[in-house]
Amino acid sequence: MDIRSQISMVFHLDKCIGCHTCSIACKNTWTDRKGAEYMWWNNVETKPGTGYPGKWEDQDIYKGGWEKDGDGIELKGAGKKKGLKNIFHNPHMPVIDDYYEPFTYKYLDLIESPAGDDQPTARPVSLITGKPMDIKMGPNWDDDLSGTPDYARQDPNLAKLSTAEQEAMFQLERMAFFYLPRICNHCLNPGCVASCPSGAMYKRGEDGIVLINQDVCRSWRMCVTACPYKKSYYNWHTGKSEKCILCYPRIEAGFAPACMHSCVGRIRYMGVILYDADRIHEVASVDQDKLVDHHLDILMDPFDPEVIESAKKNGIADSTIRAAQYSPTYKFVKKWGMALPLHAEFRTLPMLFYVPPMLPVMASLKDVDNSAQAKKLNDVSKHWDDNWLYDTSTEELWGTIDQARFPLQYMANLFSAGDTGKVKERLKKLMSIRIYRRWKTVGDISEEKAMRVLSDVGLTPAAAEEIYYLTSLAKFNDRFVIPAAHREHAIEMMENTGDRKGSVGFGFKEGTAKRGL
Amino acid sequence: MTALNSFLFIAYPYIAIGVFLVGAIYRYTSSGFKVSALSSQFLEGKQGFWGVVPFHFGILILLLGHLFVFLFPDLVLAFNSNPVRLITHEGIAFTFGISVLAGLVLLMWRRATNPKVQAVTSKMDVVIELILLSQIILGCWIALGYRWGSSWFAADLSPYLWSIFKLNPDISAIGSLPIVIKLHIVGAFTILLLIPFSRLMHFLVAPFHYLFRPYQVVMWYWDKKAIRDTRTAWETHPPRNN
Ligand code: SF4
Ligand code: SF4
Repeated sequence: MDIRSQISMVFHLDKCIGCHTCSIACKNTWTDRKGAEYMWWNNVETKPGTGYPGKWEDQDIYKGGWEKDGDGIELKGAGKKKGLKNIFHNPHMPVIDDYYEPFTYKYLDLIESPAGDDQPTARPVSLITGKPMDIKMGPNWDDDLSGTPDYARQDPNLAKLSTAEQEAMFQLERMAFFYLPRICNHCLNPGCVASCPSGAMYKRGEDGIVLINQDVCRSWRMCVTACPYKKSYYNWHTGKSEKCILCYPRIEAGFAPACMHSCVGRIRYMGVILYDADRIHEVASVDQDKLVDHHLDILMDPFDPEVIESAKKNGIADSTIRAAQYSPTYKFVKKWGMALPLHAEFRTLPMLFYVPPMLPVMASLKDVDNSAQAKKLNDVSKHWDDNWLYDTSTEELWGTIDQARFPLQYMANLFSAGDTGKVKERLKKLMSIRIYRRWKTVGDISEEKAMRVLSDVGLTPAAAEEIYYLTSLAKFNDRFVIPAAHREHAIEMMENTGDRKGSVGFGFKEGTAKRGL
Repeated sequence: MTALNSFLFIAYPYIAIGVFLVGAIYRYTSSGFKVSALSSQFLEGKQGFWGVVPFHFGILILLLGHLFVFLFPDLVLAFNSNPVRLITHEGIAFTFGISVLAGLVLLMWRRATNPKVQAVTSKMDVVIELILLSQIILGCWIALGYRWGSSWFAADLSPYLWSIFKLNPDISAIGSLPIVIKLHIVGAFTILLLIPFSRLMHFLVAPFHYLFRPYQVVMWYWDKKAIRDTRTAWETHPPRNN
């Protein structure tokens, strides 16, 4: 046993309202500078949809992540042999147009144009070339456009669904979507680190944050290919790759990362999880159907004396172990078994987990007579003559999940390497909490029924209360349990943080790279 | 003429080597941030492929070839003594020369016509490309017009280069060489001179060490085994990575 500590995250998708506040917080803090305009270390995409960069999940195109190779694993599109062979030209790397060409508008023209017959306009100009351009694509181009043929229908996760299932999904009356906020997963078996020929990328031993040393990166661009989540980005101006740094200067100071701190829906949780580093390779190499179980298996119980002892041997501070015991992420992922990793089949062992969304799965349209309601409206209000209701009631016990209007297989392709059982289990838990709370607060459900659903999914009323609290009422300190950085032990941590904070984003102590003289 | 020759083939090489060594070491140690291949594949990938790949593989082979002849002139002369082997040898070298030339021309065309690539072009990029272009044209010209380049190199130039490195420069063989070859030599030292000031730095940091390291890199700020051990003063343990 080799216990290490990892700062891990849980995103509760039922709560995400798709407001993009997180993306903006991140952009303003880190990537609002030349060469990084197109980067969204935090992005929120609409699912079904192609995402950012387009079709990033399709590893036939981008060759990200690991694949099985005999008993072990090998990087799919990079690594020692493939990487060095393709170092001059990396055939699977996304290019700027797969993201979008960054642009701004010539706002000054609105003010400074000479008087004339026409209104002055602010033309869009490229932030790369400075020349006027036609905008073909931008951040969140597919926001909420779940049904459009260019986006939702091109979602790579639909590939394994039958045509009938797909058609059903896109019937106007049944259409649904949800938001998927994404940041770097700070994986246990990161493809990006493994693919970097220069050795510029590394995982921090103390908290597991994955970083790129800007002084060592040489622009070989392999991480961009090897990260299956496309969360390592190439800065075209500095000739260096960059990625989410999990706001480590904030974490070291005890603050939550900017995206989490600002999250309007309060969907984000952060805490320590202790894991067994000895088993990383073994777990990443198991067959696909066992991946999720094994992944959850190396996340260790922070109350187990053996685990604590091994953690101490590795220099993990008592305060960190205590943080692991209070960790909201440990609770969601392990204790209650409600969260799942995104695309476990990429085999990087991501440490960002998602509580799958229940609403788009279970809500349905019901035929109702709305005429009585319409009569109450006065003359000036808009009248709808639809006869349907968006029904999210919990009348039917598990029926709504079984006959989900959003194919469970789709969710399973995202969150459980294709196994619908695991997603269903999580959704049932979400539903049971809802039924239990409905009995308590509304009272139109019998106690007997509420208790039955809880025991069906193996939760006690106490656990249900706890889940309810952490989901709906949790305060800042409940959602973010960030251990002290113990900088008294690591002066270099403090120096770097102080030096680099407030300068040009991060890591730049000097001017940007000189391209020759 | 002898004064010019002494400058070009004695003084200039030493200047170039000196500037290269001091400059490259200074640039590398002062800030790794300024050492990068500055790839532009991200801005334009399709066209670049047809330029980058023939250019790089070609120049790699040619550089190694030159290095080999420089190091083992006798072996090369013995090899070249058989006409069939000589022709094959020259043919292969010329083919790679052409591949570099074609690749470079395409890359320059791409740089001149693609606005995104222009946005990341510096003056030095253009200087380097022009020098490389003339160097390759000269090289191909030598291969074609002054048979046989590889034997020339082995017989005359290798001893000259050795004399430079042995700090006992002897340019007697150089004076009578055709102007094309002289220009090729001067061009080579110019490229060497410009390495620290240009993106050419990147070939000095070619990542062969990748082959010998484990895939995953984990870094610790402190020695994780010693930090909580009461018998040690942790300060005495420098962090040990991995
Ligand atoms: S999500 Fe991508 S960039 Fe982040 S650690 Fe994993 S492989 Fe690396
Ligand atoms: S800020 Fe929170 S709620 Fe808003 S889009 Fe981001 S994750 Fe979703």
